[in-house]
Amino acid sequence: MSRFLLRRSGIALITLLLASVLVFVGARALPGDPAIALSGEGFDPAANAAIRQKYGLDDPLPVQYGRWLILVVQGELGRSTRSGLPVAAIVRDRIPLTLELAGLAMLLAIAIGLPAGVLAAARRGGRVDLLANAVALSGLSVPHFWLGLMLILLFASSLRLLPASGFTPFTEDPLDNLRRMILPAFVLGTGIAAVLMRQVRSTMIETLGADYVRTARAKGLSERDVIVGHALRNSLISVVTLVGLELGALISGSVITESIFLVPGFGRLIIDAVVSRDYPVIQAVALISAAAYIVLNLGVDVMYSLLNPKIRVTRASA
Amino acid sequence: MTAAMAGFPRRVPSFALIGRFSERPLAVVGAILALGVVAIALAAPFIAPRDPASTDFGALLLPPLSEGHPLGTDDLGRDVISRVIWGAQASMQAGVFSTLLAVLVAVPIGLVSGYYRGAPDLIAMRLTDTMLAFPYLIVAVGLAVVLGPSLTNATIAIGLVQIPKLLRVTRGEVLALREETFVAGAVADGATDAFIIFRHILPNVVNTLLVQSTIIVPYAIIAESSLSFLGLGVQPPTPSWGVMLTTAQPYMDRAPWLALVPGLAISIASLSFNLFGDGLRDALDPRLRR
Repeated sequence: MSRFLLRRSGIALITLLLASVLVFVGARALPGDPAIALSGEGFDPAANAAIRQKYGLDDPLPVQYGRWLILVVQGELGRSTRSGLPVAAIVRDRIPLTLELAGLAMLLAIAIGLPAGVLAAARRGGRVDLLANAVALSGLSVPHFWLGLMLILLFASSLRLLPASGFTPFTEDPLDNLRRMILPAFVLGTGIAAVLMRQVRSTMIETLGADYVRTARAKGLSERDVIVGHALRNSLISVVTLVGLELGALISGSVITESIFLVPGFGRLIIDAVVSRDYPVIQAVALISAAAYIVLNLGVDVMYSLLNPKIRVTRASA
Repeated sequence: MTAAMAGFPRRVPSFALIGRFSERPLAVVGAILALGVVAIALAAPFIAPRDPASTDFGALLLPPLSEGHPLGTDDLGRDVISRVIWGAQASMQAGVFSTLLAVLVAVPIGLVSGYYRGAPDLIAMRLTDTMLAFPYLIVAVGLAVVLGPSLTNATIAIGLVQIPKLLRVTRGEVLALREETFVAGAVADGATDAFIIFRHILPNVVNTLLVQSTIIVPYAIIAESSLSFLGLGVQPPTPSWGVMLTTAQPYMDRAPWLALVPGLAISIASLSFNLFGDGLRDALDPRLRR
């Protein structure tokens, strides 16, 4: 067990380092000389050289990378070139909102995708299965942002049931906050619900054909007990994995969803940063997204190995 | 996998495949629609009734079924149906070329890393781990900032993100196949590695790759329209379904068809490839046959 954890953590650390190298190199590839940007209006060679000296821009790249990494580990992500505020503080302000949005979307996805997948597998080939598949396929084929626009058109413009956009902090007015979060969370959650439904359905079908399920049936358990008590439990592992793997989709999706519903979260920050060419923010956003993905998936793998001891053996030897 | 179980290279005769595929009405509908979208993209210059970029300030925001404009006009008086037809080009370009990019990079690396294992495999796996950690929008944002936003750069970003998944699928299949007796037999026969990879292993992976590729296309269609919608893909005035939705946003109340039409186009295009891919997967995978 501890060997597996150690190995898995080692791999995560290497991946994290590689990702940071990628982000660092990417940032250096950006057009424009940071020294010129820092020296402001007018080009003065002497001032430029002084700035290069001060910020160590003439040092070899590996040295610069090492210095940057030490700062990043300490939570020092530089300052936004647009607002002058520390990037770490900006990100800290934006993340809770996106976490709320992503959490609600994930809950919604599980609430729809899990039962739909189980039902479809249990009634394989039947009407429920057909309907669930059709809905899931549409969920995969309809673009998030268009669904968002259509929902705004329906619920905000025509029916006037929900606000079209904007945001109220949860601490100020929890009810209004949720009212404004329903549509974005639904838009973000449906795509993941579709993926989840298909995943649950196929693993459930596989599990329902397994020997131990046949044994459970032979014991005289009701179909309900077989599905909920035996087959579903084993399919849950795939749900846990999917949650980890879909984080990237959640981040990408939140960028688009937050742009449409004007939610000032982490996703919206990315687009704002691109528009204003705010390089330190772009760099931080890329690094944080990658780190979140790596750490979350490490957590998923650890949980996974706790749920199913067989995986420890096969994964460790892979 | 089934080929592996049989213990020798097993190729599905193409007529049997077509037979099994055509038993699935939804898959056939998907295939026809997908071909239709490709045809529209290719024939856009000939079938679009008007120039998609020409403005007409005497005919702004005309509703659908107006004279001369079956789907109406946009805020600059441009013909919506012509723009939708031309928009298919950007969509198909992103769909086809990002898939090609992913296949051309992922498959050779997957074959080598799965067949030789050892150091190349280790390096490939760590690199894919790293690439997987970056969401496609972040990669696209990075490329758009460094190289400038364009359809080509959006296509590259979409393709890049698909490489790690496709590489892992290829590698996984190769890892299993190389343990098969027909590979051992070929080795005993004195076959070279290249011969084994191309004649014995690749043909057994083709089915999986085909299915995986058809899944990438609809993903790429949606990703392209999303990036163009955010201003990171196709640049106006070039018509693209994503760009059309951006311009439709301020007129949602007055001219909802401007948002409805391109969104439906994206949905139909990606749905058709999804149906096609699902049908192909079921037709190729004997385990799913009842």
